[in-house]
Amino acid sequence: MKTFTRLALVAALSFTGLAAQAQTLLNASYDVAREFYKDYNAAFVAHYKKTTGKDVKIDQAHGGSSAQARAVNDGLDADVVTMNTTTDVDFLASTGVVAKDWQKRFPNSASPTTSTMLFLTRNGNPKNIKDWDDLIKPGVQVIVVNPKTGGNGRMAYLAAWGYAKKKWGTDAQAAEFIGKLYKNVPVLAKGGRDATTIFLQRNIGDVLVTFESEVVSVDREFGTGKVDAVHPSISIVAENPIAVVERTVAKKGTGELAKAYLDYLYSEEAQEIAAKHALRPRNAAVLKKYSATFKPIQLFTVNELFGSLAEAQKVHFNDGGQFDKIYTVK
Amino acid sequence: MSVAVLSAGGPRRKPRRVLPGFNLTLGYTVLYLSLIVLIPLSALLFKTFTLSWEQFWAAVTGPRVLASYRLTFGASFIAALVNVVFGLLVAWVLVRYDFFGKKVVDALVDLPFALPTAVAGISLTALLAGNGWIGQYLEPHGIQLAFNPNGVVIALIFIGLPFVVRTVQPVLEDAEKELEEAATCLGATRWQTFTRVIFPSIAPALLTGFAMAFARAVGEYGSVIFIAGNMPMVSEITPLIIIGKLEQYDYAGATAVAVVMLVFSFILLLIINALQAWQRKRGGAPV
Repeated sequence: MKTFTRLALVAALSFTGLAAQAQTLLNASYDVAREFYKDYNAAFVAHYKKTTGKDVKIDQAHGGSSAQARAVNDGLDADVVTMNTTTDVDFLASTGVVAKDWQKRFPNSASPTTSTMLFLTRNGNPKNIKDWDDLIKPGVQVIVVNPKTGGNGRMAYLAAWGYAKKKWGTDAQAAEFIGKLYKNVPVLAKGGRDATTIFLQRNIGDVLVTFESEVVSVDREFGTGKVDAVHPSISIVAENPIAVVERTVAKKGTGELAKAYLDYLYSEEAQEIAAKHALRPRNAAVLKKYSATFKPIQLFTVNELFGSLAEAQKVHFNDGGQFDKIYTVK
Repeated sequence: MSVAVLSAGGPRRKPRRVLPGFNLTLGYTVLYLSLIVLIPLSALLFKTFTLSWEQFWAAVTGPRVLASYRLTFGASFIAALVNVVFGLLVAWVLVRYDFFGKKVVDALVDLPFALPTAVAGISLTALLAGNGWIGQYLEPHGIQLAFNPNGVVIALIFIGLPFVVRTVQPVLEDAEKELEEAATCLGATRWQTFTRVIFPSIAPALLTGFAMAFARAVGEYGSVIFIAGNMPMVSEITPLIIIGKLEQYDYAGATAVAVVMLVFSFILLLIINALQAWQRKRGGAPV
């Protein structure tokens, strides 16, 4: 009898122990999303407590977008992935880690926010850089990320290509423009933050091509007035895709929580947090409210000009592709 | 010929089986090496075998890849050579002279071991870039040390230094001063004492140091990446090519390049080991 009560006590204790332990969720995300998700997680935890009464703890893992995709593929137990390049999620879909139709599982092709490529110039814009064709002028030094090693660099390249294609019409002319542009690049940065460091701390280059969201963090970290943001006449829509990692949620039983976590990204509150971090919200009302940050410029999507990002990757960035030709074909 | 005999550090012990536990320790050694070295390396090879021969060849002989081999192996070679000269000097000073703060200087040598290489790369870049403490005085004279192959060499010199110092130091400590005194008594000039007495005794250690500094430099990524500028065909190191391939989810291509690096490095290390053995013989040690 005594043993039985003891057992019952142990069972009861361990049960309450389990109940008190909040469910945890791991979000594998890209490097510069750290600040945004810190704020978003706090908002989501409060929202989840209010609507379901349950506590939840969100953990974050950050790294280069495709390095994160490789980590998840190789076994990192993330419940959700929030990336800045659709090909990273496509890769996970191809290996069966996320659903094949992941783009249909959430609104707006499963990308709750977008960004675009802008220019940063030195204060006062001494070289008078207004648009993409100013970047190929002799004597202008352009800092961009290596498209081989960073999504930021791929978007910059595609944005420039899209501008040239729309202006002159043919791929040959676009290729010529891109070739001239990269001749003006003295240093290829490894990633987005590396590019910012080269431009601002090493003082190299006249113009930095980077994500709109990076422009805000430059102001925050280096103080306002060191650089000017320049909006080119036309730029690209860079989607920030999200997906539930089916492999993990099946194992951990966190499917509902993961979906709730990603769904809430589309709420007005979350869209507003995104806007504060200079990620373009999908919500039209929020976008309008922050129109001072998100100056309306003509935008084109990757699918519109390149079919898909996967297609662009194959033609432009894979070994022997268009980007390699800039340097290897004389 | 007694000079030469002593300089090689005495007669070498032949392996004897008098010691107990040979089977146990050998078994452990093989198991340990397999777990730590051979299994990961064979995984690398297996991944490469998913490629056909044509694909493999195309992956490892692209123009950008070839340029990166030249840079990686060339810069590593130069850096290791520089380290041999200056590492020997540092080791010499630390062993032969007493001065205030010697312990601190001695500890400083190990810093490149301990420092995260990315930190090293960023600090070197901050120093040598056109607006850096050092770079600002060099750039007006047309000397550019950051964001080109020079930067790669400098970063590799930095990370390789302790390897040479730490391999030469103990050998110098063991070298007997009496030999040098004897050489002087027998009428040798200082230069002769160095080339005929000191150098032969430390040459094997120097070669080991060179090999280790070189091997370390070939695989270095973290520090180089910030200072190299990473321009295709000019300042892309081979590890960056591998990362680039991984970014395209080309696992097999990345491992193919890694295998080529590995084979190159292995051959070079073998040659260096052979050189060492030859050196030891020429040093006159009874074999």
